[in-house]
Amino acid sequence: MLGFAMRRLVQAMIVMLVVALLAFTLFRFVGDPVNQMVGVETSLEQREALRESLGLNDPVPVQFWRFISNAAQFDFGTSYQFRQPVSDLFAKRIPATLELSFVSALFALIVGIPMGVYAGLNRESAVSKLFLSVSLVGISLPTFLIGILLIFVFSVNLQWLPSFGRGETVQIGGWWTTGFLTVSGLKALILPSITLGLYQMTLIMRLIRAEMLEVIRTDYIKFARARGLPDRLVHFRHALKNTLIPVITITGLQLGAIIAFATITETVFQWPGMGLMFLQAVQNVDIPIMSAYLLLTAFLFVSINFIVDILYFLIDPRLRVERA
Amino acid sequence: MSVLDIRDLKVEFPGRKSTFVAVQGVHLEVEAGKILGVVGESGAGKSTVGNAVIGLLQEPGRIAQGEIRLHDDRIDTLPEKQKRHIRGRKIGMIFQDPLTSLDPLQTVESQLVETIRTHLPLSSSQARARAIELIDAVGIPNPSERISQYPHQFSGGMRQRVVIALALCAEPELVIADEPTTALDVSIQAQILELMKRLCADRNVAMMVITHDMGVIADITDHVAVMYHGKLVEYGETHQVLGAPQHRYTQSLISAVPRPDVRVERFPVVDYIEKAGKPAKQIDIATHWLGQTRDYTKTDGPLVEIEDLTMRFEVKGSLIPSRRKHFDAVKAVSFDIKEGETFGVVGESGSGKSTIARIITGLYHPTAGTIRFAGTDLTSLTNRRQILAMRRQMQMIFQDPYSSLNARMRVRDIIAEPIKFHRLASSNSEVRQIVEDLLDHVGLGAAAGKKFPHEFSGGQRQRISIARALATRPRFLLCDEPTSALDVSIQAQILNLLKDLQDELGLTMMFISHDLAVIRQMCNRIAVMKNGELCEVADCDTLFESPQHDYTRHLLKLMPSMELLSRANIETA
Repeated sequence: MLGFAMRRLVQAMIVMLVVALLAFTLFRFVGDPVNQMVGVETSLEQREALRESLGLNDPVPVQFWRFISNAAQFDFGTSYQFRQPVSDLFAKRIPATLELSFVSALFALIVGIPMGVYAGLNRESAVSKLFLSVSLVGISLPTFLIGILLIFVFSVNLQWLPSFGRGETVQIGGWWTTGFLTVSGLKALILPSITLGLYQMTLIMRLIRAEMLEVIRTDYIKFARARGLPDRLVHFRHALKNTLIPVITITGLQLGAIIAFATITETVFQWPGMGLMFLQAVQNVDIPIMSAYLLLTAFLFVSINFIVDILYFLIDPRLRVERA
Repeated sequence: MSVLDIRDLKVEFPGRKSTFVAVQGVHLEVEAGKILGVVGESGAGKSTVGNAVIGLLQEPGRIAQGEIRLHDDRIDTLPEKQKRHIRGRKIGMIFQDPLTSLDPLQTVESQLVETIRTHLPLSSSQARARAIELIDAVGIPNPSERISQYPHQFSGGMRQRVVIALALCAEPELVIADEPTTALDVSIQAQILELMKRLCADRNVAMMVITHDMGVIADITDHVAVMYHGKLVEYGETHQVLGAPQHRYTQSLISAVPRPDVRVERFPVVDYIEKAGKPAKQIDIATHWLGQTRDYTKTDGPLVEIEDLTMRFEVKGSLIPSRRKHFDAVKAVSFDIKEGETFGVVGESGSGKSTIARIITGLYHPTAGTIRFAGTDLTSLTNRRQILAMRRQMQMIFQDPYSSLNARMRVRDIIAEPIKFHRLASSNSEVRQIVEDLLDHVGLGAAAGKKFPHEFSGGQRQRISIARALATRPRFLLCDEPTSALDVSIQAQILNLLKDLQDELGLTMMFISHDLAVIRQMCNRIAVMKNGELCEVADCDTLFESPQHDYTRHLLKLMPSMELLSRANIETA
């Protein structure tokens, strides 16, 4: 197990290095960074001096090394638009995105798993068919449309929930702001997290349903029934647990996707998270933010994958023994 | 008084268009401490009877008529909730495949304890003590340690013991065993049958054993019921039914069972079951394309010479050589196969017999040793054209007729592929003609070419495999358990077909099987393998009559005795 974890860590580091190389290339070679930083009236000498002071005349490997070691200390340079360190900007935005992603992932799991289990066990019932039709809507409607529809119904017509922003937030510690502690903050979370989590929910539901249908046909389920075990044990202890491996894989990847690609939802709801900032950065060719975002996204995916691999070990005893 | 009493049972599966009757008019009784065998070929409805008793008929199956009584109480009409209390508590069930009937993610202990506590009012520590007791009773050493392990940490035979322990958790009065030893090796099968017999007597349990294996029936049952197409054709005391079968189906079924004690020239064909595959059109081998195989250079020595063949697989890779783990599937094996003979390789699973076949055909490259085919060293060939020429001369027939044919190709394309690949025919029309003749020759008829593999039964598919193997006009045929997935009557037909082809075409065969009785019928010389090593090679009769190696003697002793079986209809060779 330890050896496996070490191997995965080394692989994760290689992935991160490759992504860092991409981010570095983006920063260094997509447009001249000096041109982006200075105004039109800056003289050639001043430009040259800036170039020298930024280290842009050093050999490329040296620059890359500097880029990596700075990134390892959370120094991603200065944003072109805001003239502030990129890491400060991210620190301000991260809590909003993480809270939104967390709530929508929770929503997807809490609603998706029971629906999937039910639809897998009662495949012919009318309710299962209704679930499947609803899930088709969740998969086929684009996120922005769902967001706008929800705003139209719940904010404009019924006026129950706010249509944008995070509501009131509370400062915790040095840099974390949370919307969990105020009523308006919680209310503000509802619509965006449903919008963001709907696709994942339908995906999880359909996956669990398919896996359940598969597992329910296996001999050990038949044997469990033949031993007279109550349905509750057969369905949840034996069947559901055996469906979890593929579900964890997909859920892990989807969680990464929720955090990294909340852009559209954040835009629709004017949610002050990283996605919104990223979109603005793209519009303004703010390359330091873009490359930091790239690194952060890769880091999220790599660490989620790592956790998923470890979870496999906890769930499936067959993986725990060394293959002998 | 009987524990289980089935009267006039009829099970049907309503379909959209018509209702399929799986079981009809079945009467059975099982007494405490006795074993009833239900025997029949696939599709005979024997498992359906077992499922009906325990109340787990597959949707949309239902009991349309008759009654099932357990100790005089009707159980077929009980509501689902009460049926659940009977399952496990009053009736235990054992399934065929021990590898798949345990939940891989739960320890043996938790599966036992949950079952015990479902049925008996015990605390978890009492249940655990009882679980350990059960594990001990089914003969698993170190019960208190092994109980906390997961199913994958047990071997196949041990897992079947765990399954039996699970079935016995709540002291049921009746145990239904559905093909309990089909997935096991002979020596494990013998142990499990012994265990079942002992438990049945010790605990005074009534047992119903469902199987297709006459050997199992002869070995452990007191009574036997023979089923055919959902109907009971014969029912009585085992020695009576097997020794003097009354019904024509039972007679032909028994005569089709290969037996280790008598060698027959050809198996009696069970024409009662499926039309025997007779070639629709006789082809003259001497002039036909198929017969023109004599273009090989004759060799003076043996056709296949294997010397010090070793195959080592890396089980665990590592950068550091000393930490790598290896598994020697084949250890320095040497033997010869003479031209025109059938060479049998027998051994239990994991003995390396299939690995040897794969090395000879070039699917694996051996770690060490040489294979000479007609004088040419196969391991040293590097030229692709030479390798292909060699491969054309040897063909393989695999065990599983379901996965060894490409489901998306028509039969005629499957058979034409090797002919086209090796450019053995000059034109497409000739290829078509050859394919039709081949299909005719293996008893399927030319019209079969238009169909897809899934339209055929297991035996018919195996015929397709044989036709495909013949399509390269091979000289050497490797059959890897060609009939172990088939019913006895179909097995008899396929074995006869192989014998016919060998006579006609002068083929040399290597015949791999775990079934000594089949080996005896088919082979001239036999190699016995164990754990990758060759125990002995001997002539067929010598091996069966005076085995030299301990392991051979052990294997022979384990064979279910067929002495009970009637010998009518058998012509000895």
